Amino acid sequence: MYAFTYERPASTAEAARLAGSGAKLLAGGQTLLASLKLRLANPAGLADLAGITELAGIRRDGQTVVIGAMTRHATVATNADVLSRIPALADLAGHIGDKQVRAMGTLGGSVANNDPAACYPSAVLALGASIETDRRTIAADDFFTGMFSTALAEDEIITAIRFPIPTRAAYVKFKQPASRFAMVGVFVAQFGSGVRLAVTGGGNGVFRHAGLEAALAKVFTPEAVAGVSIDAGDTNGDIHGSAAYRANLVGVMARRAVAKALG
Amino acid sequence: MQVQLTVNGKAHALELAPHTLLVQVLRENLHLTGTHVGCDTAQCGACTVIVDGQAIKSCNVLAAQVSGARVTTIEGLAASDGTMHPMQAAFKDCHGLQCGFCTSGMVMSAVDLCTHHPDASEAEIRELLEGNICRCTGYQNIVRAVVQGRAAGQAG
Repeated sequence: MYAFTYERPASTAEAARLAGSGAKLLAGGQTLLASLKLRLANPAGLADLAGITELAGIRRDGQTVVIGAMTRHATVATNADVLSRIPALADLAGHIGDKQVRAMGTLGGSVANNDPAACYPSAVLALGASIETDRRTIAADDFFTGMFSTALAEDEIITAIRFPIPTRAAYVKFKQPASRFAMVGVFVAQFGSGVRLAVTGGGNGVFRHAGLEAALAKVFTPEAVAGVSIDAGDTNGDIHGSAAYRANLVGVMARRAVAKALG
Repeated sequence: MQVQLTVNGKAHALELAPHTLLVQVLRENLHLTGTHVGCDTAQCGACTVIVDGQAIKSCNVLAAQVSGARVTTIEGLAASDGTMHPMQAAFKDCHGLQCGFCTSGMVMSAVDLCTHHPDASEAEIRELLEGNICRCTGYQNIVRAVVQGRAAGQAG
């Protein structure tokens, strides 16, 4: 690693001020530290958000569950409100990386990083969540802007994510055998108003699939997925799998996710 | 910068560069070399230690991030008279190791697993050990050791 300074601000305002003067925000560090070790980044300083107590925690608020940005994956996976209201989200959080990573990794860190194969962005997008920052609220549909890219300003801090409670939902991923990241992951959520379905791992970033959403809005069954063609133009190919292979996986994971949601 | 750590029950005040990793402090400052660096990319789990009751990968955490925490390493498991922790004894009995490089991380992860998932099935144990890679054994004896170590720990 290159040398850097380390600060542990006690408030979001102080963290934003540090970020505004060039510090990189540190959440759980499960991605950031690995990239610093590879010298892929050379920030002058880190501002560790772990000291800001109001950024962690989970609460119910009407028909939503609000999860603080610094809440660890392990906490989301075992929280009673998440387990009872959005069990699919607890299930997703409980299968990110491995248990050591889940003890450190945070919701806000994952979503702000927007790794194209990360699990959380698919839940945020499929559940139509709102990303609350230190200065505004951003709809999930406007938040993810491509590979490792979001609508956040450099010094903007996610404070919490507000998840609407769906009628039913599920997440299924096919793991890349070596990295264990999602080769393709599908999060499906059924609401009174319709169905939202988001795909991670398949493309340059998380995306919704209009064809699958329309078919599942008509009939919410695994069979409904079979008639939908998945365009390999929407997916990426690499050494681990071709675009056509990933496109096929989108259909397979969508079918399994619907079956899982129906329990 | 100043970092406070309580490691295996002993308090330390350390003057460290901010970019010092927890595993570096354990191995290089405190000479607790039982915690290994395998992949150095947070995949293999050889560096697993328990911080404030949770297993984490010490190669992927800054010492500064965990300042004030209680850390348990493999050296902190055995009793003061040298009697092995039930999980260490089970790994020995079941031959849950071959070259031994992954073992300290594997044992720490197993101890953590039994704390947080005392009723895990064999399949769940395999899943919970996903963050620990062993390239020798094929995991069969490791899983046997976790089951036996858990039973011995619960009995004890």
